[in-house]
Amino acid sequence: MIKVLKAGIYTTIQDLGRFGYRNQGVPVSGSMDSISASFANALLNNNANDALIEITLSGPKLLFTNATNIVLTGAEMSPQLNEVPIQNYRVYKVVDGDVLSFGELKKGLRSYLAVHGGLDSETVLNSKSFYEDITSQWCLKKNDVLSFKSGIHEIENHESSIKHSHQFYDTEILEVFKGPDLELFSSVEQEKIVSGSYTVSKDNNRMGYQLEEISVVHSKSIITSPVLPGTIQLTPAGKLIILLKDAQTTGGYPRVLQLTEKSISILAQKNVGDKLYFDLVPTRY
Amino acid sequence: MKSYKLKFRAFGNSAILIEWPQRIVKEILEDIRIFSDKIEGKNIKEIQELNFVYASLLIIYNSDLISFSELKQKLQLLYDEDNSALQRHHALWEIPVCYDKEFGIDLDFLSEEKKLSIDEIISLHSGNIYTVYGIGFLPGFLYLGGLKKALHIPRRSTPRLEVPRGAIAIGGDQTGIYPQHTPGGWHILGKTPVSLFNPRSEKPCFATPGDKIKFRPVSRAEFELIQIAENTEVYELKKELYD
Repeated sequence: MIKVLKAGIYTTIQDLGRFGYRNQGVPVSGSMDSISASFANALLNNNANDALIEITLSGPKLLFTNATNIVLTGAEMSPQLNEVPIQNYRVYKVVDGDVLSFGELKKGLRSYLAVHGGLDSETVLNSKSFYEDITSQWCLKKNDVLSFKSGIHEIENHESSIKHSHQFYDTEILEVFKGPDLELFSSVEQEKIVSGSYTVSKDNNRMGYQLEEISVVHSKSIITSPVLPGTIQLTPAGKLIILLKDAQTTGGYPRVLQLTEKSISILAQKNVGDKLYFDLVPTRY
Repeated sequence: MKSYKLKFRAFGNSAILIEWPQRIVKEILEDIRIFSDKIEGKNIKEIQELNFVYASLLIIYNSDLISFSELKQKLQLLYDEDNSALQRHHALWEIPVCYDKEFGIDLDFLSEEKKLSIDEIISLHSGNIYTVYGIGFLPGFLYLGGLKKALHIPRRSTPRLEVPRGAIAIGGDQTGIYPQHTPGGWHILGKTPVSLFNPRSEKPCFATPGDKIKFRPVSRAEFELIQIAENTEVYELKKELYD
């Protein structure tokens, strides 16, 4: 088991998400950076949907009471095992009494901690992803105890083969498709929206990221319609809001652009003040 | 039944957004509901999820198995098939509401603002049948259409930070029930003791878009009784068929 000695700023359990309930108004949830989360599970030979811990901004302090293998991916948060620095993307054995802690955030925003076989936590509507009012908890807190199937497994470290792929978020460029409502805007306005340079505002969380700049001020409205993680809405005041994994399932602002899956993961590693640009990619028909 | 000209739009690379003429009318909602039932009935393996609200239907599909164009063609053919066997009754759900001032914290304000007595407000609100145009905004939040004009009122200029779970409220030309504690900008008329969303159930929200809702005023005493029944999971929402 894992005992939470310190919870960190915002530490949650996530899997790939809660699918099949959007028509009941249930957000998809799931790991914000699904690429890093997939690396973590793959490095342990876990299933892609196994539940892991998503750590945001500042890390927790965790005590292991059983032996297992662990791996960390995503943001670099100066992890330490029993006060000895360890590396991301490397499988470690832990035993009863080992303590995992974190230090300075060096790169990215969200780190993923996977244990062999995945966490064995509460499943609600076919998913272990935390979401307020759906799961009984919305973030981990001090003294929580998390269980997993214990046991050490001989796993080779394949870090050489993924050495470069974990730098996928070292970019300020997000690939976007045209959104369903982009055509409500003139070509000059469309150009302004797409080619603008943007900054992540302090209003950023698992529901969405609001960008700092005023893009195109408008008075166009749409009848409430479905939205997706990665949908970029343009508010009448001209602000762009990028909806993410915990976003509501419907929205009433024009949906001007749509992030690719990969770009959602890249954005999930961006913090307040980070710069962003869009690169319009063709829709595949 | 009338058929509409549909617009198929790519929404990212694994979703299709189908748009009907963008109007809030029951005929369009019903057409979407029938089409959605038809798609579900076919168990199309490439389709993962459907979600419709007002005049749009979102279809999430596996783009490894089918392209946008192929799926669009398949869906258009399905839409053009005869629907006559698919007309069906709607469920009419009765939601008990206690309009006591203890819960209806904006009744006095509304009474003054709309120049109506509190009894008139309650009878306007509960004497009407509403249509569920979709579920969104929050898990189990129903977009309800059909609020009487006399009760249309702008939202509060500043939203309340805490609206209690079960609050019945009006804002703009809409009415709704808050399924959870949440911030909210609508005016509160009362409270229902029943829960609108149960994540422990396979169908967490009782309603489906296209269903009808009516509110039945209950006394404070009946509110308490229903609440006890609800907590012990013996309360069942009253449902009738409605054409």
